[in-house]
Amino acid sequence: MAEFRLPANSRITKGRHFAAPDGATDIRRFAVYRYDPDSGENPRMDTYDVDMASCGPMVLDVLIKIKNEIDPTLTFRRSCREGICGSCAMNIDGGNTLACTVTAEHGKGETKIYPLPHMPIVKDLVPDLTNFYAQYASIKPWLQTRTPPPPDQERLQSKEDQERIDDPAACILCACCSTSCPSYWWNSDRYLGPAALLAAYRWLVDSRDEAKGERLDDLEDPFRLYRCHTIMNCTQTCPKGLNPAQAIAETKKMLIERRH
Amino acid sequence: MSLRSPLGKVLGSGSAKDGTGHWWAQRVTAVALLVLGAWFLLALSPLTVLDHAAVQRWIGQPWNSVLLLLLGLVLSYHSSLGLQVVIEDYVHGPFMKVVSLILNKFFHAAIAMAGVFAVLKIAFGAG
Repeated sequence: MAEFRLPANSRITKGRHFAAPDGATDIRRFAVYRYDPDSGENPRMDTYDVDMASCGPMVLDVLIKIKNEIDPTLTFRRSCREGICGSCAMNIDGGNTLACTVTAEHGKGETKIYPLPHMPIVKDLVPDLTNFYAQYASIKPWLQTRTPPPPDQERLQSKEDQERIDDPAACILCACCSTSCPSYWWNSDRYLGPAALLAAYRWLVDSRDEAKGERLDDLEDPFRLYRCHTIMNCTQTCPKGLNPAQAIAETKKMLIERRH
Repeated sequence: MSLRSPLGKVLGSGSAKDGTGHWWAQRVTAVALLVLGAWFLLALSPLTVLDHAAVQRWIGQPWNSVLLLLLGLVLSYHSSLGLQVVIEDYVHGPFMKVVSLILNKFFHAAIAMAGVFAVLKIAFGAG
């Protein structure tokens, strides 16, 4: 049956507090989820008082400052720091988003920072995305054709056709959407989740692709696709402003249209 | 512990190539219930005095009987489709899942037939 409490070894305890240094002028408190599965200890919330007068504006800047100057054991992923790599996706004040594109000054009181929800944790804010990436691979995210390519040019596409894939192709696979979806929490072993389904849609509407039928066959499944119950957490949380919920609804419409 | 590849796990037993009919039936029955539900509320509202004989007479009128039968059948079908989704969402033990899915079908078949029987009994005046 459904489990409504976290397993005993996942329940969060109170952690350490790191006070701001003397002379700090603009103090803001950040509560950060800490967990090291190898330690055998339960997860804990450490709190850091950070002097914003000597810190960059984004939540990622705060995390980097904490790691550099306060607590080098804090672990998180980051790379581009400009919202295009998707590495620093995490749950900030209850919403999945990119730490590099969220201001550290939002909201009142302390800012709570957790890893993406309901994923196995490698350490601290680093979730294990192995299954998520395998789901992306499973939808065959590449052009499939039978017509050989023209010998002397690219496969052409009209401007309107390109516009249909502009949005879904802008997904950076940060996993914010899939890990915000309760259906994905309960059934991620079989439900593909909004990110993989948005990627599938991107190839379904690609005018150059010739495998639409096979792609729809692969998606037509009570779990892979139809676990989506259209609550639209995915669209609400997407830090790139994309609309996976609509892509899933359009995919369901394609499946209806081909049988009537 | 499994050494199976992540992609192998995701691909699993492949697509069931099913689910669209279920999803479509849920939508169609929802639309039907909007219409039948509105009729039911509007038709009952003139019956200000809900005494036993008046309600029996109302149910016994042919169109009321037909629409009531439809309402009961569509409602139980829609409910069985919906509850099946809830079970698939939340019940994960293989044994419990199969048992719940079967009981769901039995329960809704039973209440659908009970409703049919009740309306027909009144309509044909055996009571």
